[in-house]
Amino acid sequence: MSAPAFPPSFAARIGAVLRGALRQTAIELRIQLLSPMLASWLFLPAVGLIGLSFLRDAPVMDSAMSIAQLGVPGILVMTLVTSGLPGIAGQLITERDDGTLLRAKTIPGGVTSRLLGDVLVTAGTALGPMLLLMAAAAPFFDGVTPASAGGWWTLLWVSVLGLTATLPFGALCGALLRNAMLLWTLAIGLYALLAISGVFYPISSLPGWLEVVAQALPVYWIGLGLRHAVLPPEAVSLELGQSWHVLETVAVLGGWTLLGLLLAPAALRRMARRQSGSQLEEARDRVLARGY
Amino acid sequence: MTISPLPTVTLPEEPPGATVEVRDLRMSYGTTPVLRGVDLTVGAGEVVALLGPNGAGKTTTIEILEGFRAPSAGHVRVLGVEPITGDEVWRADLGVVLQSWRDHGRWRVRELLAHLAGFYVPYSTPQRPRPWPVDDLLDRVGLADKANRQILTLSGGQRRRLDVAIGLVGRPRVLFLDEPTAGFDPQARRDFHDLIRSLADSDVSILLTTHDLDEADKLADRVLVLAGGRIVADGSPDDLRRSVSTTAEVRWARDGTTHVHSTDDPVTYLRGVFGAPGGPFTDLEVRRASLEEAYLTLVHRVETGADVDHAEARRLLSAVPTPTEETS
Repeated sequence: MSAPAFPPSFAARIGAVLRGALRQTAIELRIQLLSPMLASWLFLPAVGLIGLSFLRDAPVMDSAMSIAQLGVPGILVMTLVTSGLPGIAGQLITERDDGTLLRAKTIPGGVTSRLLGDVLVTAGTALGPMLLLMAAAAPFFDGVTPASAGGWWTLLWVSVLGLTATLPFGALCGALLRNAMLLWTLAIGLYALLAISGVFYPISSLPGWLEVVAQALPVYWIGLGLRHAVLPPEAVSLELGQSWHVLETVAVLGGWTLLGLLLAPAALRRMARRQSGSQLEEARDRVLARGY
Repeated sequence: MTISPLPTVTLPEEPPGATVEVRDLRMSYGTTPVLRGVDLTVGAGEVVALLGPNGAGKTTTIEILEGFRAPSAGHVRVLGVEPITGDEVWRADLGVVLQSWRDHGRWRVRELLAHLAGFYVPYSTPQRPRPWPVDDLLDRVGLADKANRQILTLSGGQRRRLDVAIGLVGRPRVLFLDEPTAGFDPQARRDFHDLIRSLADSDVSILLTTHDLDEADKLADRVLVLAGGRIVADGSPDDLRRSVSTTAEVRWARDGTTHVHSTDDPVTYLRGVFGAPGGPFTDLEVRRASLEEAYLTLVHRVETGADVDHAEARRLLSAVPTPTEETS
C-alpha cells in the first residue's frame, strides 16, 4: 500500500464530500422521521384520504373513475410538492440562522456536502411520507399503488424528476428569503399552484388560460405522471388528448430541473459566502427578540 | 513563559515560518472604519491572545484570517495563503472554534464529531494523520461520558467543549478560538488550558480572543490589545504590565510583622531589606500591576483620545528591560 497522495486528488475530495452527504442524510432522516414532525407531514394528507373515502362511489365526469381514485394521486402530489420545495427553503433558512452552515464553512468540502445532504434529506422527507401514505391507503382504495412493474418505474422517475424540478427553486427561495416567516407566502403560492394544476380534478374543467399557465409549471406534470403511475390504464380518458404525454412530462420537468440547476448554485454560493459569525449573531439577536 | 523578541520600530520583515502575518490590515463597514491598520504575526507553536473592548474588531479580524470576510485593504497571509482565496487543502489545516448557538441540536455528540472528522480523511499524511481519533478527542475535552447525549441536552460549557473538539478534529496547524472558555467551570478551564499548551508544544499556532485576562495571562506567549482599530500593545503579559506601570508592590514579613512597600526598583529595595539585620523572612512577594490593570489603563488611554500609535507603543515596550521577578 502506498501512502495516500497529498494534496488529495479531486476524486478523493469528492468522495469525502459525497460520503459526508450520505452520513448526514442517514442521521437527519433517522432524526426527522422518528420525530413528531412526521405526524405534521402526514396529518393533512391523512385527513384528505379519509375525506376521499366517502367519495368512492362518486364518478368523475361520466367516467368509470371515482373522485376518490383520482384524489389519491392528487394527495400524493400535494405531499410531494408541499414538503419538498418549502422544506428545503425552510431548512436553508434554519441552517443559516442557527450556525449549521457557518460550521460547514469551517470544514474542507463542508458547504458542498451540507447542501447536497440537505437536498437528499428533503427528498427523503418528501418521498417518505408519500410512501407511508401509499402503504396506509392501499388496503382501502383500489389503484393507490401501481398495478405493474411499469407503474412502479413510472412512479420512481416521476417522483425523482418532480423533486429535481422543484427542489432547486426551494433552495433559491431559501437562499434569498430573509427569514422563515416569509415561507408562508411561499406555501400560499404553492397551494394556489396546486389548485390550478388539475391535481384533484381534471384540468380540462378549468378556464383555458389557466390551463396554459398550469401546463407551463411543473406541478401539473408531476400530477399527470403520478396518475399515470398509479391509476388503471382506462383513466387516460380523463387526460387532455387522452394521452399520458410521457415525452412532454420528461421535457417540461427536465427543463425546470435545468433552469433550477442554473440559478440555484449561484444563489447558494452567494448565501454561503455571506455567512459569518457577525451575521449569525444578528440572526440570533433577531430570533431572541422576535421569535423568528 | 518565554519572552518573544519584539519587532523593531521600523515595520519588520516577517520572520520566516510565521503562521499568521498581517500588515496594515484595514476594514470598513460602509464609511465606518473598524480596523485602521492592524499589524500582527503568530509564529509556529505560539499562543497569542487578542484582547480588546467589545466592538474593537476582534471578531472581524479573526473572520478575515479564517477567510470568511474580505478585508478592505492590507497584506494578510495565513500559512502563506491569502485567506479569502484559500482552497480546501488550505482549509484542512485550519481549526476554527466558533461561538456556536444551536446547530445540530438533535444530533448526538459523538455522531457529529465523527461526521465532521470524516471530511479530513483525504487530507491525512504520515506526518499528520487525520482526523484525530474521535474517542480520544472526546476524552481530551472531557466529553467521553456525554458521547451519546443529544447535543441540545448539553450545558453551555459542555457545548463549548464540543466546539473546541470540532475545531481540533482535523489536527489543524493553526487554530482560531473566539472566546473558547465562556461558560467553563474552573476544572474544565484548567483542562482546556493544558490541552492548548500541549497543542502549542506540538507546533500548532493558536490565536484566541478572550475577555478573561487571567486566561490570557496563563495561556498566552504574547498578548495583543486591539483598541481604536489598531493594535495598541503587543508583547508578553509581563511586557504589557510593565508598559503601563513600572511600580511594583513588595510585601514581606519578618519577625511577625508584615511590611508593604511600593517601589520602581524592587531589586535595589530588596537588597537593602536583605542586608538589614533581623530574624528569618516568613513571607516575600513582589507583585507587578496585574494584566487587568494594564489592559484597562491601555484601553482607557485609547478611548480618551490619548492614542498611542502602535509604533510608539512598541518602542515603549522594547525599551522595557528583561524581567527580574523575585519571589520566595
